[in-house]
Parts: sequence; structure tokens; C-alpha cells
Amino acid sequence: MREVLDILKDIHPEHDFSESENFISDGLLDSFDIVTIVAALEEKFAFTIDGEDVTPENFMNLETLGQFVQHYLSLSHP
Amino acid sequence: MKNSVINFLYLTAGDYPSAPCVTDGQGVLTFGQLFSSASDLAEELKQGRETNQPILVYLPKGISAIVSFAGILISGNFYAPVDIRSPKNRLKAIIENLVPYRIVSARAYAEDLQELSVPDERIIFLEDIPQGTRPVDELIAKARETTDQIIDTDPCYVMHTSGSTGIPKGVVIPHRGVIDYIEWAIPCLNVANNEVIGSQAPLYFDNSTLDIYLSWAVGAKLDLIPDGLFVFPVRLIEYMEAQEITFIFFVPSVLVNISKMNLLRPDRLPALKKVVFAGEVMPTKHLAYWQEILPDKLYVNLYGPTEITVDCTYFIVNQKYEPHESLPIGFPCHNSGILILNDEDRPARAGEQGELCVRGSSLALGYWNNPEKTEQVFTQNPLQKNYPDRIYRTGDLVYQNGRNEIIYVGRKDSQIKHMGNRIELGEIETAVMAIPHIDNCCVLYNEDKQEITLFYEGKAEISVSDLRKSLIQTLPNYMIPRKSHYFEKLPFNPNGKIDRKALKNEFF
Repeated sequence: MREVLDILKDIHPEHDFSESENFISDGLLDSFDIVTIVAALEEKFAFTIDGEDVTPENFMNLETLGQFVQHYLSLSHP
Repeated sequence: MKNSVINFLYLTAGDYPSAPCVTDGQGVLTFGQLFSSASDLAEELKQGRETNQPILVYLPKGISAIVSFAGILISGNFYAPVDIRSPKNRLKAIIENLVPYRIVSARAYAEDLQELSVPDERIIFLEDIPQGTRPVDELIAKARETTDQIIDTDPCYVMHTSGSTGIPKGVVIPHRGVIDYIEWAIPCLNVANNEVIGSQAPLYFDNSTLDIYLSWAVGAKLDLIPDGLFVFPVRLIEYMEAQEITFIFFVPSVLVNISKMNLLRPDRLPALKKVVFAGEVMPTKHLAYWQEILPDKLYVNLYGPTEITVDCTYFIVNQKYEPHESLPIGFPCHNSGILILNDEDRPARAGEQGELCVRGSSLALGYWNNPEKTEQVFTQNPLQKNYPDRIYRTGDLVYQNGRNEIIYVGRKDSQIKHMGNRIELGEIETAVMAIPHIDNCCVLYNEDKQEITLFYEGKAEISVSDLRKSLIQTLPNYMIPRKSHYFEKLPFNPNGKIDRKALKNEFF
């Protein structure tokens, strides 16, 4: 997902997110970043993310985050 | 009267040796086990025969760090915790200034310490210390032989905070500051030994003082919540429920994140009784969310800089506030003297803004090895000329409302609070100016977006990633500007200074 990567790059241009299997254990994202990303995704895709879904599993890497966004898109535009 | 904070632990370790004292999600130590391990470390430290010396603790947050604090205090010395994830240059600056007598660490960090050029003979690795088997009562009696020589104006810890020149300032807090603080907190927050204290504050941030010493003073369990859980608040709430945490002292940003993600339900966090926060302004909109869904908890707003031992005012929230209203920082803590001084150094009238100044036993002894900085902010009380009467000038602007509650307004200088971290924007500017090809700069904080923003001039624009790569060598991650703007020439005001106001108006 190009847009997801853009959002991540906007926050941390110095990290190579596509190379990371696990953003958190690789130290790429902290608690402030997660809130920023949630807000940016909501704005970009015009959906509302349930806080219960903001989990390490969904925010693990580019692939899981892409699937997460796809899932929300399919909910809001069935 | 207690002469050392370790007396808190003598009482609880003696009375409840088998009660759980500290857990970090992996292991648990009882008060007896903590005291025993700490005594082992103290024996090792006493080989050096010196007391009242600074001991650096180079460990991550965890049980070992708590054992180290206790062991250092039992040995008659004082501790200085550091953020081991800080850039090496920053840690070096701290070590060069502090000149620690010993460094307590673990084998896992041997390489780090080598990089920091710490002499081997000063390092104590916890794994290498022989374990004693003596009963707790005997250990306490033995410990008293050393700590009875301490007086309450001797240092208990040194905490480092951001300094505008680029070198962090070491705030030296005496035993009496901590004793005074804890003896206020226990009755005010009604803390007893059935409390489970959930700790969020890093141990190099002085909010952790409340967590640790409340636990030691009343015999309550201290739960060092694993760091990673704060990234995903839904997991944090699950953990707090599973551990039956009853008391939290968090920075507001953690509570705000839970509110932003709308994670509370009336049946969540049933064990939690007390929600205490400090370190930055608590937005009333998010506090109202907590109050609305969990109305039966006690909400307490604390305020204070590191220099007066954590907190000097408190406010027990007794109503809901509208989003545009400020939550008061409240009233002076017991035995804390609060002065609000106007521009003429006279007491501000009701409603008039002034600088909040503090007097009393809570005051730091000063900044470590820095008499100039110490003299600037620890000064004679201008309202009292007849005998030495020291006050600490916080730099925080406040006023008293019609109910005598103190309301925080802002800073006199360019210090900010970002995600609970205290930052001198000058420290960031100093680091930026060290980057080649940057000729001038200023750093401003966008309060609305919570973004540290850099404005700089130079021969050419530097990519954001290159800027970050340079700055991460000297600054912790939370200090690195999120946004930057390049200028061929920065705007100046008629006084010949960078026109910060114009930049704020145009970009924020």
C-alpha cells in the first residue's frame, strides 16, 4: 500500500519501513507515532479506527498494516 | 525524624519480609528478597570505603534497577539513573560531569560501557556479586551502621534534565526532599499496603520517585509496567486489569492516548482506584472522558519541577471542566511554600500572573558541579532579607483564581513539555548548530500539533532524513524536530533577533 508507506515515511523519513518485519521491536515506532499514524490513516481513508484494533499484531509491519487498512476499507465501502 | 529514605525500607522489609515488593512482568521480589539483594550490592560498594558518592545506574527499567537504588542507599551513597537508550554523546557528557564513583550495570551492557570509556575498575556488574544468606533483621542492623551516618541534607539521587547549552543538568535531591514528599503523599492520596502501584515513569524521570518510595514506605507492591505496552493502550489496559493495579501515576499523554482511542468502558479497570497525573498539562477534554466513563476513580493533578522533589502543588479533581477551561494545579503540598512573584518580585495579587517560586525542605541542593546555573534559579527569597531563605524560581507562570486555586499559564522561557519530557528548546538549537552548513536556526514548539519544529538557514536545504541522522547522534528521539523549514535568510525582528513570533504566526 503506497499510501500507508507514505504516511510512515512522513513521520520517520529516515527509516526503511519496507525492510522491517516488526516496527516495534526494530524501534521504528513509539507510542506517539502510533497515535499519529491512526489519525493520519483516518484522515486519508475517511474511516474511523476502533481503538481495540490498534494492536501490535496489526501494526507489526507494512504487510499487516496494509491488510488492516484493506479490512477497514472493505467495512466502510462494502 | 528520618535521616535517610532507606529508613522507609527498614520498616517495611522488617515488618513484611515475605510480601511482594516489586515485579516487572517477568519476575517478582518480596521485600525481604529485595533487601537481601540490595545488601549484597551494598557490601560490594562498601569495598571502596567511600560514602556520599554518586553511583551511576546503567540499567533498563526493571527489578535490577530498583535493587540497585536500594543497595546504593544502604551503602551510604546516592544514585544517578540514566536513560541507556540516550545517544552516547549525551551519556558521555553526563558521565564526564558527574564523575561517578562507581557504575552499577549488568554484563549485557559491558560493550556500551566500553564505548563510553568508563574505566573497568569503576564498574560493578550485578551478576558478579556474591549472594549472602543472612536473615533480613541482621541485614537491617548491619545497614544501619552505615546509613546512621547519613544526614537528611545529604544527596539521595541525581536526576538529569535537559540543559539549554547541550549538557544535561544534574539536579541533586537530598533525602529530606524525598521524605518530605512521601510524608505528604501517603495521607493525601490515602495510600496503604493493599495498593498495587502501576509504574509508567522511566526511572531516570523523577515521577518514578513517587512510585518507588510509596511502595517502600507503606509496603505496597510496585508493578513496573513493561515499556512496550504504552505503545498499544489496549494492551496496557489488559495488563492493568490482569495485575489488578489500583494506583497509577502517569504522564497525561498516556491517559490522553487511551481517550483518543476511546478504549474505556464502564466495566473496565475495576481494580483501579486512583488516577494521578503530572509532568505536563492534562487536557480537560480528555480528563472529562475518563470522568464520564469511570466516575468513581479519584483523579489527582500534581505539579512540580524536578528541582523541588517531584511535586509541590496538588489538585484533587472535584468537578468536570469544559474543554476550554484549564485544570488547576491546585494548592501547595503540605510543608511546601509557594510564592507567586510578579515582575517587580512582589507577591502577585489575586488573578495577577507571576512566577511560581518554591521554598522549603523539598528544594534540591542545586545542579551538580554547576554553581552558575544553581545561583540563577536558587535565590534568596526577595520577601525576606533578615536571614538566608532560599527559593527555587521555576520559570512557570501562574495565577490564583477566585477559589485560591493556582492555574498554570505557561513558561517564561523556551522550556517545553513534550510527551511528558521536559525539553529546553535551546538544547535542540545547540545540537542543530553543530550540523555543518547550518548557519542559524531556531526551534519552536507547535502546541496544537505537538510538533517540535525547526527553522534554519544555510547554504542549501538539508533533507529531513539527513537532519535526523545528524541529530540522533546527540539528542534523544523525543527531542528531534518532526518538521523543518529551510530559509536562505531567517526573518529578524528590529532588535536583531530571530523573529519567532512571525515564524509562529506564519507556520503554526
